[in-house]
Amino acid sequence: MIVQRKKLSLLERLYLPALAGGFKVTWRHFANTLFKGHTAGKELSGGYYPEKKWVVGEGYRGAPYLVRDPEGRTKCVSCQLCEFVCPPKAIKITPPGPQGSPEVGNVEKAPQEFEINMLRCIFCGFCQEVCPEEAIFLQNDYSLNAESREELIYNKEKLLSLGGVHQDKIWKWKNK
Amino acid sequence: MSTQATTETKPTPPPIETVKIKVDGREFDVPKMTPDWQGKLQPTTMLQACQVAGIDVPHYCYHPKLPIAGNCRMCLVEFGTPAMGPDRKPVLNPDGTPKIIKSVLPYEPSSPRGAIACASPISPGMELYPSSEATKQMREGILESLLINHPLDCPICDQAGECKLQEYSVDYGKSASRFVEEKVHKPKQVDLGPRIMLDDERCILCTRCIRFTKDIVGDDKLGIVNRGSYNTIASYPGTKFENNYTLNTVDICPVGALTSKDFRFKMRVWFLKETKSLCTSCGTGCNTIIGSRENVMYRYEPRENDAVNSTWMCDYGRLNYKWINREDRLTQVQGSKLKVQTWANAIQYISEILLRAAAGSVAIVASARQTNEELYLLKKLAAKFNAITDSVPRVGEGDRLLLDPDRNPNSTGSRLIGIAPEKMGSSLPKIADGIRGGSIKTLIVFGEDVTKHGITAELLSQLEHLIVSDILPSATTAAAHYFLPGCAHVEKRGSFVNVKGRVQRFMQALQPKGDARPEWEFLHELVINVTGQNGFVSIEGLFNEMAKEVPAFHGVTWAGLGDAGVTVQI
Amino acid sequence: MISALTGFYDSLGSTGQFALWSFVKIAIVFGVVMTMVAYAVLAERKISAFIQDRQGPNRVSLPLIGSIPVLGPFLTRLGIWQPLADGVKSFLKEDFTPDYVRKAYYWIAPAITFIPALLAIAIIPFGSNLNTQKMVIADLDIGILFTFGVVSLGVYGIVLAGYSANSKYPFLGSIRSSAQMISYEIAMGMSVVPIFLVVGKLNLGEIVSYQAQHGWFIFPPFAQEQTLLSYLVWPFALLSFFIFMVSAFAETNRLPFDLPESETELVAGYNTEYSSMKFALFFMGEYAAIIAGCGLMVTLFLGGWSLPWIADQPATTIGMGIAHILIFLTKTVMLLVLFIWVRWMFPRFRYDQLMNLGWKRFIPMALANVLIVAVILMLVYRPPVVVGP
Repeated sequence: MIVQRKKLSLLERLYLPALAGGFKVTWRHFANTLFKGHTAGKELSGGYYPEKKWVVGEGYRGAPYLVRDPEGRTKCVSCQLCEFVCPPKAIKITPPGPQGSPEVGNVEKAPQEFEINMLRCIFCGFCQEVCPEEAIFLQNDYSLNAESREELIYNKEKLLSLGGVHQDKIWKWKNK
Repeated sequence: MSTQATTETKPTPPPIETVKIKVDGREFDVPKMTPDWQGKLQPTTMLQACQVAGIDVPHYCYHPKLPIAGNCRMCLVEFGTPAMGPDRKPVLNPDGTPKIIKSVLPYEPSSPRGAIACASPISPGMELYPSSEATKQMREGILESLLINHPLDCPICDQAGECKLQEYSVDYGKSASRFVEEKVHKPKQVDLGPRIMLDDERCILCTRCIRFTKDIVGDDKLGIVNRGSYNTIASYPGTKFENNYTLNTVDICPVGALTSKDFRFKMRVWFLKETKSLCTSCGTGCNTIIGSRENVMYRYEPRENDAVNSTWMCDYGRLNYKWINREDRLTQVQGSKLKVQTWANAIQYISEILLRAAAGSVAIVASARQTNEELYLLKKLAAKFNAITDSVPRVGEGDRLLLDPDRNPNSTGSRLIGIAPEKMGSSLPKIADGIRGGSIKTLIVFGEDVTKHGITAELLSQLEHLIVSDILPSATTAAAHYFLPGCAHVEKRGSFVNVKGRVQRFMQALQPKGDARPEWEFLHELVINVTGQNGFVSIEGLFNEMAKEVPAFHGVTWAGLGDAGVTVQI
Repeated sequence: MISALTGFYDSLGSTGQFALWSFVKIAIVFGVVMTMVAYAVLAERKISAFIQDRQGPNRVSLPLIGSIPVLGPFLTRLGIWQPLADGVKSFLKEDFTPDYVRKAYYWIAPAITFIPALLAIAIIPFGSNLNTQKMVIADLDIGILFTFGVVSLGVYGIVLAGYSANSKYPFLGSIRSSAQMISYEIAMGMSVVPIFLVVGKLNLGEIVSYQAQHGWFIFPPFAQEQTLLSYLVWPFALLSFFIFMVSAFAETNRLPFDLPESETELVAGYNTEYSSMKFALFFMGEYAAIIAGCGLMVTLFLGGWSLPWIADQPATTIGMGIAHILIFLTKTVMLLVLFIWVRWMFPRFRYDQLMNLGWKRFIPMALANVLIVAVILMLVYRPPVVVGP
């Protein structure tokens, strides 16, 4: 399809009105900010980041963490589906091995180690979606900082302590 | 492949008698008789006819290598037969086609009646409807009832990913369960034997395991006890299920009821990269599939090859892989006489030693665990010095099924290539005498601990040069002047000849550890340096060159070996 | 002590004294220019932020600065330490050299971009006199030719950067850049010819002196010596200024002509594969080129250090000399602000529009400009301007 372009008048082709318009707009914003102190940050959320932390909305998908059930059991059973589905390969699970995990009773399995490399994680939420045990959730944290790469590989202990308790309504393993 | 050397002299098959049937409305000529699990010709079943037609019929209890039980009902198929008039002539429709009477329930003629395809023979003119609505409904019903008491614990089940119950539920099942009552709970984590763990809740009672151990192994240990919903698999009271073939039941179990204690909870199967390989634990050379992930091997599984191992392998061979992942694997070029421990330096030193060596002053102890290609290269080196060569025999107890008394995977190959004498190990005392007498100054050892076979550490210390290649530490590697780290069979490609003369190839599953290199690679460099003969730098070329020069392999090519191998005259 | 110094100074001889003064001037000009580069970046960030309803950098501070009474809060909140932080960051960042680059060219490219921009500043008269010294590093008689010669070398840095990176985005960026810079150099060179026709000299100092006497080329009415010629040439001088300025935007890869870098299409253009100080050199080179361009415009069209009525004679006192330098700097800074401001007023040109403007508009216009001014000069006889020797 050929787009019919509007025939520009000489004045328009000289850019002069556009220049004046451009200057008007930029000057208005410049003056408003510099002399009146109007900034988008102040007007929309009352301040800037370090002083004024952003409160995430409900359903926000931040960093994925592991959760425990109300009885304190690690919900993850090390099925490794999240490891499989993870697009950037951020998740690494060490299965319990032939002995299983005696401490979780009839669940039989729990991860021996569960690592998420937060440098790799893209917060896509596939792990939460694929999890058959509702054991991993994308939670509110959006700003993860550390002084080395190793610190940003979160292990099972850290993920569980950050994840908290999930108020499970199904109690899937209760009657198994 | 016209020159393929095969001694499988099959009698020319008689013309196959066929039967005309229709599958999903399309007409097929299906052989009237088909070999059963023992190879005897039996009337073709509906299931086999559908396979000829290219249509999969789902099944649990049916296994092509086991007697037919027909108890899972999953293979139910709607069918019809030509109507016969009172004069025993087919009744024809007005348009001249034979009239088909669909099978229906006798007391409820509006409902179709299926037949279990695995056990029902076909008859001329029969029509099968494996894709009909009625067949689909039958499958849905069967799956629903199989799942009634199934625990649905796929996340912790090792079978998940290769589970027929999962696959058929997706392909043929209903999406939701209508079962609201309490499920029956059966024993979990039943210790069935030293290598097998049973979860009775997952079992669908197909009895494959029972038939396998009774009819294939001849160890009638398993059976079903209790009644109705409480049916469970159990071993004979007071005994354990512990013959040498128990782990095959894990393979044939269509669900996660029987799991291997060795592989249990180690890795999910969907991560495993599958590589076609061979078992190296005895002379049978069972075909295997290696499951590996991120350069770690997790399991062996048997691979079907009717000329060698059918679809089975023994527990001894299956569990004999852990040495591959061992921590103390030797992965560095080293040696007491090697200052700069690099490959380039080692190859150069050894080449110089061998170039200076006089004829008869070199002896080679190869291993019958090495591949044909490596033995062939060693033979080339040996020919240069007229060296004494031998290998080390390993003998164990065999059985009537698969396990061979010869525990070397390539004894036949080492004899055919000429590394080992007819009586393997008979030249080892000669080598010992030669070292003792001072005539043998250089000893090349591949993959064997010669100190356990008559050439003592004291004798080794008399040598001028001891060149060793191995993968695990031993007294011989400790004494080596030059040590070259080699590869396990899973880390390289090559071929073996089994005790019956079957030449089979295997593929590489893992990367060599550390500095280790496949033996045939560095042997090839040594052969070029020492003999001046160039050769092929790929395993394919090397094998083909060997096949031209070793009489027994004439006419065999690497490509011609295929997955199943070729039998040669031994 | 002082006598010892004077003695040493006298013992240098005229060549030695010239070298000494040149060295001093180079050191000071270099320091001032680098500071200007650093603060031009800050100004750019601040002005950009204000135009976009943001605050811009306002956090970097040194320890204890906040405790200075009254002044403290301003010093901590205005981001005036930001350039320091930027510089330190540039030095401390990992200097990553990709594996596949052509190492020698890759290393040399940032320097080739940076050096010509600085060299161009050498011939700009940034003041009249300070005591006995002319306030220009190199008082070349071929002034402007030197500038064009040196500035056109800058394109090699960009071409080499794109070529050596061995990667598609830098390569495309450098191709665009070289085509763009070569095209606009022609228009730029043509546009200043009328000025030299009028003045009759290529020496930039002479041009400033002429303007101090006859009025700025872009606005002659305030001149102390009103001539008909000034008014006849005025519209054409304005055209020259316009072409020169737009070409300067294109030469320095500034918006609306930043096609070599265009983030949305080429990641970052020719400097995609650079990091740490090498990237900073490109960045600094770009700003130094802008400063040099502004300085040139001030010199050629805005009367250099002169200001009508107040400062239109070469300085005789040190105070006046310093005032002249400040006047020059002020004009330059105002042009810098213009450069920054324009960035937010225009969208980026399409490549064909860019080439169209350069080859089909500016070059013919500049040529016609030369011709017309030459004809005017021929028609209006005037005695030769005698300024200086």
